[in-house]
Amino acid sequence: MAFDLSTNVLIVDDYKTMLRIIRNLLKQLGIENVDEATDGGTALMKMHERNYGLVISDWNMEPMTGLQLLKEVRADNKLKQTPFIMITAESKTENVVAAKEAGVTNYIVKPFNAATLKQKLAAIWGDF
Amino acid sequence: MTKMTKEAALKRTLETIDTSETEASAADIAAVVEAVMRSLSGDVSVAEFQLYHELQKLADYIQSAKREIAAIRPDEIRATHIPMATDELDAVVGATAEATGTILDSAEHLEKIAGTLAPAPADEVRNVATRIYEACNFQDITGQRITKVVRALKHIEEKIDALLSVFGDGAKVPAAAPAPADESHLLNGPSMPSEANKQDDIDAILANLK
Repeated sequence: MAFDLSTNVLIVDDYKTMLRIIRNLLKQLGIENVDEATDGGTALMKMHERNYGLVISDWNMEPMTGLQLLKEVRADNKLKQTPFIMITAESKTENVVAAKEAGVTNYIVKPFNAATLKQKLAAIWGDF
Repeated sequence: MTKMTKEAALKRTLETIDTSETEASAADIAAVVEAVMRSLSGDVSVAEFQLYHELQKLADYIQSAKREIAAIRPDEIRATHIPMATDELDAVVGATAEATGTILDSAEHLEKIAGTLAPAPADEVRNVATRIYEACNFQDITGQRITKVVRALKHIEEKIDALLSVFGDGAKVPAAAPAPADESHLLNGPSMPSEANKQDDIDAILANLK
């Protein structure tokens, strides 16, 4: 998939600090069209209102978790092709397996650094 | 009270406990033990004496346990100490969130300044800002760890409630929480560093699942 810096990206996390960190790191990579949501339900609503080329989501949120959001996205014909990166502190093997089975595109464990984020984006879009 | 009357009273008490929907309280058990002991009169066999002795020890043990539990003031732990600890932890989360906000403000300001500099120093300043963004991950991680501690405190609070019910006015002991359903067992928050999978481990797991 060719990388387009104007791609709309949706970041989902219930910690506003994390939203700000991810937004700033994406900005440093040249990605500026970034929307935010603080839970899975709001994220799903936004995805139905606008096309996103990537979703970056936390797992541990209420009431809808990142995993539930991922499953909703993959079950929706309109949204199911959207690349989905999980960024989470949940680092157990069973979590990674559950996310993979639900169709996650990539998985980043917190705390993460800018290089890891860039590497995972490159895995989806190619080098940039 | 005649021996027959005593035995009838004891039988009624046992039937009441048996048919009650609530679990027998410590007071109920102590009353039964005392009634059994009172009924032991006249010719007492060795076996009956041993039973009497064991029941006496049981009654003493219950009384001792009640005194010890009362001495640690479980009501005070529930009413004062746990809420205070929870409030303090909430304050830690609030303070770190506020401090992190200020740090991020400064990092974003540095990036703006970088835009006015020559390419080499600008890159250096942007790298510094990146390191700051990365370090600010801590606020999320510590927040989740503190949430786990608060959850543990609430669990302790529930156990104290149960204890107070048993030794209080005979209130019903709360039923055990239902086993976690669906995917809630996957919500554990950050693992301890020695147990957590690193990013390389995660990548390897994902690669093996492809």
